[in-house]
Amino acid sequence: MSAIAASSSSAILPNQRGWLGALSDRFWRQPKLFVFLLLLPALLWLGIVYVGSLFALLLQSFFSIDEFSGLINYEFTLKTYAELLRPQNLDVILRTVSMAAAVTLASALIAFPIAYMAARYARGKWKALFYLGIMLPLWASYLVKVYAWKLILAKEGILNWVFEQLHLTWLLDAWLSLPVIGGNSLSISYTGTFLVFLYVWMPYMILPIQAAIERVPTNLLDASSDLGATPMQTFWRVIFPLALPGIVAGSIFTFSLTLGDYIIPQIIGTSAFFIGQAVYAHQGTAGNIPLAAAFTVVPIVIMGLYLWMAKRMGAFDAL
Amino acid sequence: MRSDTPRAPWGLKLAAGAGLFFMLAPIALIFLYAFSSEERTYQWPPPGLTLKWFAVTWNRPDVWQALTLSVQVAAISTAIALVLGTLCAAAVSGTRFFGRETISLLVILPIALPGIITGISLRSAFSLMEIPFSFWTIVLGHATFCIVVVYNNAVARFRRTSGSMIEAAMDLGADKFQTFRHVILPNIGTALLAGGMLAFALSFDEVIVTTFTAGQQQTLPIWMLEELVRPRQRPVTNVVAMVVVIVTLLPILLAFYFSRGGDQTVAGMGK
Repeated sequence: MSAIAASSSSAILPNQRGWLGALSDRFWRQPKLFVFLLLLPALLWLGIVYVGSLFALLLQSFFSIDEFSGLINYEFTLKTYAELLRPQNLDVILRTVSMAAAVTLASALIAFPIAYMAARYARGKWKALFYLGIMLPLWASYLVKVYAWKLILAKEGILNWVFEQLHLTWLLDAWLSLPVIGGNSLSISYTGTFLVFLYVWMPYMILPIQAAIERVPTNLLDASSDLGATPMQTFWRVIFPLALPGIVAGSIFTFSLTLGDYIIPQIIGTSAFFIGQAVYAHQGTAGNIPLAAAFTVVPIVIMGLYLWMAKRMGAFDAL
Repeated sequence: MRSDTPRAPWGLKLAAGAGLFFMLAPIALIFLYAFSSEERTYQWPPPGLTLKWFAVTWNRPDVWQALTLSVQVAAISTAIALVLGTLCAAAVSGTRFFGRETISLLVILPIALPGIITGISLRSAFSLMEIPFSFWTIVLGHATFCIVVVYNNAVARFRRTSGSMIEAAMDLGADKFQTFRHVILPNIGTALLAGGMLAFALSFDEVIVTTFTAGQQQTLPIWMLEELVRPRQRPVTNVVAMVVVIVTLLPILLAFYFSRGGDQTVAGMGK
């Protein structure tokens, strides 16, 4: 390695004296001090900048806002959390959680064949294509991906054009006339929001599933077929149970990312709020930081529960 | 590994192929739209192809300002993350001490929690302490979530660097700093390069935290967001979108190239 090459040119370097040498000796004698000093900058940064402000935010959720003056009342109260339980705020929470659940389910369904194919069958140039197909969307800019979907879902865009070419416009119209998931056009309906969420978080579902399937030893599959199992039986009784922790791990990402996003529903979707938008609106124009803070507690609590369940299912070994 | 590659059932091939198309087609579309001659709508198919919008974009000062700000923020955040992340990784991987797991958790937290939480907590902290929004408030937010990328790459490499080499250097009389300069740094160099490039890409692309920590300043993603919400110059946005894809992908491909050892943590990193 290069390290050996570098040191072989002059095997033993002249010992540095002076304060640098003294400092080095001191570290040698007190390894704990050395580790402490190594950790100090990062701990100070994360502790003060990140945990400090996170704590300040949580603290503010226990304050309340004076409804007449609009000023924040710095006294401990649970009033803001009671406000969170009002029907219009519960609607926001329910809407976001349902969307996150739908996106998670659909992405697991679509991701599984891709991950399975990439892990078990793809070879040579197909392997490269699968790799590209997962990594390109993962690392391409988030906003550019949303923008691509704005192009696709636009009235004059490619999706409507495809439906028109196939003479299936009636099907699209029938879908859009459905209650709840429909709307005036794709780009202002829940269907549109759902599609964009699905696309943007899909790689986070594929990768853990792929990793889980790649780890299934092939001799298990051979053993299964030796014992007379059909390929279908092998899949459902051997591969799928072993891939399940990967699916759960992927669902952590898709669920959490959908819960916290506020840009996608703002650009593509109805005017109804998601949790992220509610947080943004309350802290911005409304100036109701306590309620915004209480809203951010919702995804933290939901994700806490979710992680706890995932841990019990062994999902963390698949990450 | 079995010597004979099993053949995939056609149903699986179809599902995987369709999925792959779903993943790649939108990216391909971005590249196509950059050449569209249509000015006012997102019309498909494009009425004609042109290179005109590249010249128009080139001459737009607002795009250049946003790009410059993004590059500056990403460069400084990456530099901070490189120092903090490497030091932290060295401490965590070299020794065992009380609270080691907590530190790993602390480093990963900014990226594990949704960006909006990081964003709003930073914003409310700034307003509590009456810090005005500036270039540095953006950097403060970005560096916080960049640390984890450098840390993950560095920790993986430290784990593979054998301790005996470091001990040999010490036995030969090198002090801590000489050991770092001549033994550790050449060993972890490529991991740091990979981590640094990923951190750069992450910062360059970040929008959620930035909307909370930027005042009037526009980074390139903020500029994009503005255009997404209120489209004014669609052709320019098309070109910028394509350039952003290329700019974010180059470091990613390079990072993969430099960290092929199987220890890269490119995959599975949230944003």
